Amino acid sequence: MKITFLLNGETVELVEADPTATLLDWLREDRGLTGTKEGCNEGDCGACTVAVSDADGTRALNACILFLPQLHGKAVRTVEGLGGSHPVQQAMVTHHGSQCGFCTPGFVMSMVAGHAEGATDHDTQLAGNLCRCTGYAPIIRAARAVESAPKPDWLATDRAFISPEILRGEAAGRGAEPPSSPTSSDELATLYEAHPDATLVAGATDVGLWVTKQLRDLPKVIFLSGCADLKEIEVTDTHVRLGAMVDMNRMRDAVAPLHPSYGEMIRRYASVQVRNAATVGGNIANGSPIGDNPPALIALGATLHLRKGDTRRDLPLEAFFIDYGKQDRAPGEFVEAVSFPRQPDRLKCYKLSKRFDQDISAVCGCFNITVEGGTVTAARIAFGGMAGIPKRARAVEAALIGQPWTQQVVNAAVPEFEADFTPMSDMRASARYRMETAKAMLRRYFAEDQGHLTNVLEVRA
Amino acid sequence: MSVAKPLPHDAAPLHVAGTARYVDDIPTPRDTLHLAFGLSTIAKGRITAMNLEEVKRAPGVVLVMTADDLPFANDVSPSIHDEPLLSDGTVHYVGQPIFVVVATSHLAARKAVRRVRIDYAEEPAILTIEQALAANSRFEDGPRIYEKGDAEAAIAGAAHVIEGTFELGGQEHFYLEGQAALALPGEGGDMLVHSSTQHPTEIQHKVAEALGVPMHAVRVETRRMGGGFGGKESQGNALAVACAVAARATGRACKMRYDRDDDMVITGKRHAFRIGYRAGFDTEGRILGVSFLHHAICGWAQDLSLPVADRAMLHADNAYLLPNARIESHRLKTNTQSATAYRGFGGPQGMVGIERVMDHAAHVLGIDPVELRQRNYYAAPAGGAAPHTPRSISGGMKENTTPYGQVVEDFELHGMTEALLASSDYAARKAAVAAWNAANPIVKRGIAFSPVKFGISFTLTHLNQAGALVHVYQDGSVHLNHGGTEMGQGLFQKVAQVAASRFGIPLEMVKITATDTAKVPNTSATAASSGSDLNGMAVKAACDTIRDRMAAYLAERHQAEVASVRFGNGQVEVGEARYSFAEAAALAYQGRISLSATGFYKTPKIEWDRIQGRGRPFYYFAYGASVTEVAVDTLTGEYRILRTDILHDAGASLNPDLDIGQVEGGYVQGAGWLTTEELVWDDHGRLRTHAPSTYKIPACSDRPEVFNVALWGGQNREDTIYRSKAVGEPPFMLGISAWLALSDAVASCGDAYPALNAPATAEEVWKGIRRLGDGV
Repeated sequence: MKITFLLNGETVELVEADPTATLLDWLREDRGLTGTKEGCNEGDCGACTVAVSDADGTRALNACILFLPQLHGKAVRTVEGLGGSHPVQQAMVTHHGSQCGFCTPGFVMSMVAGHAEGATDHDTQLAGNLCRCTGYAPIIRAARAVESAPKPDWLATDRAFISPEILRGEAAGRGAEPPSSPTSSDELATLYEAHPDATLVAGATDVGLWVTKQLRDLPKVIFLSGCADLKEIEVTDTHVRLGAMVDMNRMRDAVAPLHPSYGEMIRRYASVQVRNAATVGGNIANGSPIGDNPPALIALGATLHLRKGDTRRDLPLEAFFIDYGKQDRAPGEFVEAVSFPRQPDRLKCYKLSKRFDQDISAVCGCFNITVEGGTVTAARIAFGGMAGIPKRARAVEAALIGQPWTQQVVNAAVPEFEADFTPMSDMRASARYRMETAKAMLRRYFAEDQGHLTNVLEVRA
Repeated sequence: MSVAKPLPHDAAPLHVAGTARYVDDIPTPRDTLHLAFGLSTIAKGRITAMNLEEVKRAPGVVLVMTADDLPFANDVSPSIHDEPLLSDGTVHYVGQPIFVVVATSHLAARKAVRRVRIDYAEEPAILTIEQALAANSRFEDGPRIYEKGDAEAAIAGAAHVIEGTFELGGQEHFYLEGQAALALPGEGGDMLVHSSTQHPTEIQHKVAEALGVPMHAVRVETRRMGGGFGGKESQGNALAVACAVAARATGRACKMRYDRDDDMVITGKRHAFRIGYRAGFDTEGRILGVSFLHHAICGWAQDLSLPVADRAMLHADNAYLLPNARIESHRLKTNTQSATAYRGFGGPQGMVGIERVMDHAAHVLGIDPVELRQRNYYAAPAGGAAPHTPRSISGGMKENTTPYGQVVEDFELHGMTEALLASSDYAARKAAVAAWNAANPIVKRGIAFSPVKFGISFTLTHLNQAGALVHVYQDGSVHLNHGGTEMGQGLFQKVAQVAASRFGIPLEMVKITATDTAKVPNTSATAASSGSDLNGMAVKAACDTIRDRMAAYLAERHQAEVASVRFGNGQVEVGEARYSFAEAAALAYQGRISLSATGFYKTPKIEWDRIQGRGRPFYYFAYGASVTEVAVDTLTGEYRILRTDILHDAGASLNPDLDIGQVEGGYVQGAGWLTTEELVWDDHGRLRTHAPSTYKIPACSDRPEVFNVALWGGQNREDTIYRSKAVGEPPFMLGISAWLALSDAVASCGDAYPALNAPATAEEVWKGIRRLGDGV
């Protein structure tokens, strides 16, 4: 496929690019740009972070799980492209933000991207960058020190770059045969129906690992990053509709005002770099038993919109997840969007993991319980990590609905979790801990509703 | 003088620009080959058949080697030659290298190894302490026992006896740069190896053995590591040896770096311990006797397990004068990764044991845990600060000696503790925590103090030596080399500050160069926190030799006293004359004065018998103290570290800012060990936490929101380099206060002692709460 992008201010055209070559390998091995480091090769450490700009802004991304075709039309900036003069770089020296220095280029690029966007929530911005030496304190000092520093000149040119092919209305590898990059959901529908054995690549935060860790060859890939219409977010008086290619950070921005607890949970979903790549549709379609987003969407009563060729169908999101590794999706059928009804905010999302930031949930419990006149009139409760699929706690819901909203009723409903779930033990948590904390989450929901302090993240020194 | 200045890390401008080179960044010849190991998938057994045909046919594969193809030694052990590079037909853990693929790219090599077919005759694996004890699977013939007085009799006669057993997990180093090596074949069978190692001489030694050449034929260079933490003291041997052997076989440059998952599956980690304790206290909270039982899980090969387990025993006292003590240590051989060095080298495990005892005792006796600790501190040295609770002869104090017979002559913690309690506002916050816990049913707070006394010196006495090589060029610029390696700790900068200070020149005139076995031979590992102590002194000696030669020459030239020659501010003063250092160097050169010198240093005063457990293993002790406050969610066990206050003793710091960086980073790493960093193996001996997705080191938001770190403004009572103290490992153990603070918060949920295991993950904290709440 032919790919065009801007690299540190210079236009790069790749004609015979391997579609599943990662940006990291290409930078280090083909271009000799070794400033970008490989720390884990799975998007968890941030040592490979680069800044990618387009008309929507500048974002930090993990180069280790970023395929070259995803960059088509965009501007990539690596640590070498900062010229050594970015205020972040000087601040990191002054504040002793580097020790061994190996994570440093990744931190610098995350900070540069955050600085470009005016971000000041540094702990969140840097949650996807691991440092083993400094204990982070000096890095945060550096980040704070440059909050109001001037932005670099290259930012405007990077954001203004659009590849000539795109300007001419062409996309890279827009062919009838994968690998290809369709530019609309219509094109995608036609292509995928003809090649149902192709692998769809949205943000590559999951498929990337098939390549870097499982070492799978993916002979047929279809990149969705060019499908602009799949990136639409629609918020009306009656519903919220999220296109399949909406990334998790944009989704967070859309849902946080409506359901703050949901927004906070997505803040802890992976990291900035992963959320900039990961998509709403990919997160649903890969059928993870955890996923974090499906339990929240199920609790909100979401509808999944699927498409195959010209045929569309809708189904309740929970119905999509049939069994572990098995979804209600036909060959050639893809996730087009997900939507949920506007509603008064009663949603609480509890993400339990070994580490608060950038960790896969052991249990993710999402509760949406409506109380009218002291009585529970509706309850939608869904969990990740408690079964082979994201799953509703229907027995618990049934024990609550129609009952007065009291501690007694909550206590009586708690044992129903045993009817709903039989969790397993793994490296994240034991089955018993999963079960008991799921129960505790219902108690937490009630206690929080009664005004008690229940969130340890809200406690200050 | 540049010593004591808070200068940034010498390579910081390169780090932030991405131009600091690590092994994988070094430009290589175009035909460089890349290596990957094929790994065992079972924990114990024999290989009955291995089919490598598909591997050999894989794209890009140039060579495949098994143990049979190795020309000379098949061993990468740093100790007793029990660690073959490639399996000799027996398999000892899941992840053991069995064969090596040499291919045209890193990815090609990784892909090729997966095509192997291996049949095994599997045998029952030893994975747990119980299994190891049942099979008497251990290193050494039996347990090591260090004793002082009669612990059992003292405990039996005590007013209060506490006892317990807890699990203390291991720890993955998670250096951000994985293991890596690059071997470049030279003429006549010579080999140049670039290795990400803390121990270039050992790499040189093992490579020479594997190639069947003298050590002079192998040169090892290490400019920097992307983190080491002990994980690159011995674990880099396999990669360097494999690359050298492949480079010899192919005549081409060979490079190897582990993918992160491979790195975590293959390499050793911190030793997990089970610690049993029994201790007797009087009614005032003074310890009368203590008995520890250490079970250390050492993995399949000995590696450095014996000195690690020894150091755990040597820190079983931490800061406390134990009138009677018995420490029994079992070094168990298991079918898991060979546990290895990790920052603190066993010291943290030993220290956690006694801190647990103090915490438990304070809970049982109802004495404030800080007060109880202070009552048990070693005495301060004469002329130093008075002990908090002076202990007279009649009060039971006979001597100020450790259980291994070393007299503690430099105990700083009395004053440090008082200062930290004041600066952290401990008493008021302790009361505020109690008030909070009375008012809040779900979120509880906890606060805890813990001290550190850490022994400085290698316990293997002969390692306490270092060499340096210094050149002064005729333009006055200085080329600096020594045996220490840079892994981020700032060693090179500190040592360069020493060199600049000796010559009285600006730091910019000193060129820091890569560690190189051809420049300084027979080096010790950069370990045991010894880097700046040893190499700083060696560099000082080298610089002073040159300086003395220059002074003698200039004094003669000016008919002045040698002692009157002064070096400072970039100048050399001789009587009335004044030269720039460059002019002085040029004059000395023209006067045919040698401007190159080696320097050497060996630590004085130390002697140690590890079998008897008697002697003076440590030149001195480094001290620290911390107070940590946490908040715990009692519904799920989730928690935050809210605030940490630290006072740390770096002596007269060579570079206060770099030292504070070591303290901050050490604390967070130590707290990580005891909180979220959980290693999980399954019943087949497979490591389930083999990537950052499953193994959780602290992330940015896990550092204490309020983090006050200060250095204790003392100086080393021993004659170390500019009276500074070692600072690499000691701060790691300040993280123990985080674990104890969690225990304190959990304790508010009931009457019993929480008895947490480590790491205290949210699940472990939750279990502790349930034990108290349910009375289980």
